[in-house]
Amino acid sequence: ICFALLCHRTKLILILECQATKTCRKYVDLATNTDNANVKVLIDPKQFSRNEANGIIIIDKLQPRDFHILFVPRRSLLCEQRLKEKGVLNSFTNIDEYILDLIPYDGDLLSMESESSFRECYLENDQTSLYHAAKGLMTLQALYGTIPQIFGKGECARHVANMMLRMKREFAGSQTQILPVFDTLLLLDRNVDLLTPLATQLTYEGLIDEIFGITNGYVKLPPEKFAQKKQGEGGKELPTEPKKLQLNSAEELYAEIRDKNFNAVGAALSKKAKIISAAFEERHNAKTVGEIKQFVSQLPHMQAARSSLANHTSIAELIKDITTSEDFFDSLTVEQEFMTGVDTDKVSTYIEDCIAQKDPLIKILRLVCMQSVCNNGLKQKVLDYYKKEILQTYGYKHILTLKNLERVGLLKPQSTMRNNYPTIRKTLKLWMEDANEQNPNDISYVYSGYAPLSVRLTQVLARPGWRSIEEVLKMLPGPHFEERQQVPTGLHKKRQPGENRTILVFFLGGVTYAEIAALRFLSNMEDSGTEYIIAATKLINGTSWIKSLMDSPEENLP
Amino acid sequence: VLKESKRAVNSILVDDDDEDEEDVERVSWSGEPVGSISWSVKETASSIRSGSEQSFPKIDTTPSLSKQGSGYSLSSLFKGNLHDLSPEETVRRMQKGRAFSLEKFRSLQDKLLLLDEAVAVYDGNVITAVLIFLKKSLSKEILFRELMARDVALRHYVHYLKEMGEQKLLVELLKALGRTEDMALMHYKEHLNIKDESRRRDFLKSCLSLPFSQDDATHVQDHYTLLERQIIIEASDKKAVAEIFKKFPRKASILNMPIITTLYYSCFYHYGESEGTFSSPSNIRKTFRISEKQYILTALGARAKLKSWFDVDSLFNTKNWLGYTKKRSPIGFHRVVDILHKNSAPVQVLQEYVNLIDNPDLKLGGALKYKCHDIVINTYRDLKDRQQLIVYREKLERDSPEYRKIQELLNNVQIRWKN
Repeated sequence: ICFALLCHRTKLILILECQATKTCRKYVDLATNTDNANVKVLIDPKQFSRNEANGIIIIDKLQPRDFHILFVPRRSLLCEQRLKEKGVLNSFTNIDEYILDLIPYDGDLLSMESESSFRECYLENDQTSLYHAAKGLMTLQALYGTIPQIFGKGECARHVANMMLRMKREFAGSQTQILPVFDTLLLLDRNVDLLTPLATQLTYEGLIDEIFGITNGYVKLPPEKFAQKKQGEGGKELPTEPKKLQLNSAEELYAEIRDKNFNAVGAALSKKAKIISAAFEERHNAKTVGEIKQFVSQLPHMQAARSSLANHTSIAELIKDITTSEDFFDSLTVEQEFMTGVDTDKVSTYIEDCIAQKDPLIKILRLVCMQSVCNNGLKQKVLDYYKKEILQTYGYKHILTLKNLERVGLLKPQSTMRNNYPTIRKTLKLWMEDANEQNPNDISYVYSGYAPLSVRLTQVLARPGWRSIEEVLKMLPGPHFEERQQVPTGLHKKRQPGENRTILVFFLGGVTYAEIAALRFLSNMEDSGTEYIIAATKLINGTSWIKSLMDSPEENLP
Repeated sequence: VLKESKRAVNSILVDDDDEDEEDVERVSWSGEPVGSISWSVKETASSIRSGSEQSFPKIDTTPSLSKQGSGYSLSSLFKGNLHDLSPEETVRRMQKGRAFSLEKFRSLQDKLLLLDEAVAVYDGNVITAVLIFLKKSLSKEILFRELMARDVALRHYVHYLKEMGEQKLLVELLKALGRTEDMALMHYKEHLNIKDESRRRDFLKSCLSLPFSQDDATHVQDHYTLLERQIIIEASDKKAVAEIFKKFPRKASILNMPIITTLYYSCFYHYGESEGTFSSPSNIRKTFRISEKQYILTALGARAKLKSWFDVDSLFNTKNWLGYTKKRSPIGFHRVVDILHKNSAPVQVLQEYVNLIDNPDLKLGGALKYKCHDIVINTYRDLKDRQQLIVYREKLERDSPEYRKIQELLNNVQIRWKN
């Protein structure tokens, strides 16, 4: 999290634990380019070449001010240590922390937005973010009551559960007297399902994220399609600033279409267009003053709806340009072949061609990792071939990234263990041949055929329960477990007939919008009996995910 | 009763405040008359360091009741002395962001107890703080030895050293752990921070002796060799003496480019140079063990861009064992055609390569796409497909040679058409 404190030309610039290196650089430039003699650079700005910037502190000795540090989400002793070593720790009046563990992104979605969580947990074996996750869950329980049942799959899940139970023990005296809202907590390690984030998402929101990137609930779009067409103005200059749009369920239309398969969005937009047109046409029927008044009072709502429709029509057009391209089709075909186990044991000519054409490296990495995951590791010859091609085409420095991918199990040589993926696929019905994109009856619609493994596991847990898939669970990494927490008597939830169970699913290592859509689908299914709330360490897509595993991504930009 | 005891305790402790314990401000005591005494130590820090309860709205999940257990002693509490707290107590205080003192943990055993307690609560901040203390107060060898038996603490320590940029120590630690490959890669990674190419080259050279895996060792060697040569080529080409540089000015420097890009550059600007020079494609091909496929693909791209169709032709000429020249390609000829087309090759050139496509469907497809009429006609003739010939004829200009050719074929009574 980047915390920058100040404006130009004042003397103290403080940036801590910057993850947006570009922003840091901007401030560094500002600071170092000032010719104020009182400005002293204490930390070498060259350190910003690293992904995680350190800090830069410039203190004006002549005009002392009050400076405070706010650590978000938590105090970092490492940071304080660094400040201490630079001799500036005591220059701060107050050091505080603003505890921001789980941020609500929508009515049913919470995220820690911890970008490095997957890398830290699965590559560097640093499970600090899991501690924060546990803390976040404790906060949640303080607000919404003790969660009576905890299920989990994976090493990290086990850690978080252990921490939660330990923290609960330590607070033994103070029991919350709140009626529990959640019936169950499901903790899932990302590495239980490495396949899903690699696949290209096919829901509307998923594609927006894949193509344009959704950050903090906002997306930046190329402005051309959003230029206002004013009547009578010809040759108006196109805006150059990207169009920024907020995306969440407060927007009625967006809430309707976000989780649909993209191929069903066109029909939904048409339908909406008709409704809005009809609503505007109502003005002809308004005869009496009362009727006219009523119509006018509806206008703002209708105008908002119309503008929302216009925006999403433009976005859908932008997306369509990409999804109807030959390259997208070819890429998707290869993905689906891998997922169904076709030719995962040889070098893919498509991937070869993409490397030869110098397609973006991350695209290549997603595909080779997918092949590796679906094959439980690549044949040595195949792996060596891909590695050589990648290193020769994109640079030798990528041996670092390739090593990281191997460590987390995404791109590795075949081991002697047999490939369990086909069994898992069959038992859990991960590939549904006739996935209905328009009127889905199964979660596999989010990838037009592939049901996300993580969501399938969640689905089976709710009904009929994990006992029915013991064998398959054993094939997936990490322990699976169940824990129960004591709820004070009298607070046990008496569920009314027809009332839903509420399950909180926590993805440790990241969750994709497609998985969120799939879970929402389950919530909305008739007689599912369950409602899902989703939490994660980070909202991810394949690209941001792989990027977090690369060393020095700025250098890696193709 | 509670209030009175509280006042009593406070008055006792106020005395202790006069000792030079600058970290302790005030101590309040609240108790619960439930069998054993449980109490809490609540401390309000006034300014400089801690203070996490007041400013911002949040749910306080840290309770005022702390753990009941054997770690606490009433006497130590009344002393109000930070130096007498057990490992558990100290760790609790650290967790809550309150003042603490680690100096009392003098013996190795005490220090290890402290570390183990920190690990048990799993709070990264606390573990790091303890490690910082141990780093200062233990010899390197002892610390390493103890960490090796404590996986979690070790990981945190590695992370800490990385964050603080303590390369030297980190490398030593990894070496001691036998994680020599990690150590080598970590060292190698530093090259990304060196902007100056000569210094980077020298740095890479210094990496060559590191204990990489066999594969990685080769790659690092290649990386060094490549950069070394790129520097030489760059120095010479920057002067842009030769004609070609004037005709096609360079858009970027060759430094730090991947090997395939370098090969392309070489095929573009230095084609045909003798194998003896660093800049020649044949030298690059040999030194970096570039596959035939990659070489031909790259050379094709470069020569096609320059529209040197003769060079393109030579790429595919091989002599078979009888001494006859034959056209061969490790990449399908349909791809060759695509690349030539992208570079605006004339139809005659395209036609030649479409003709070489093995697969009949691809061949026909290519011929149709690139309007190689003769090939289309011949193919339909060979397939005895009269209908298709008629259809295709309509696409052609009347009286063109191709049009007439189709006419002739259609009028040929000797051909037994299938439709």
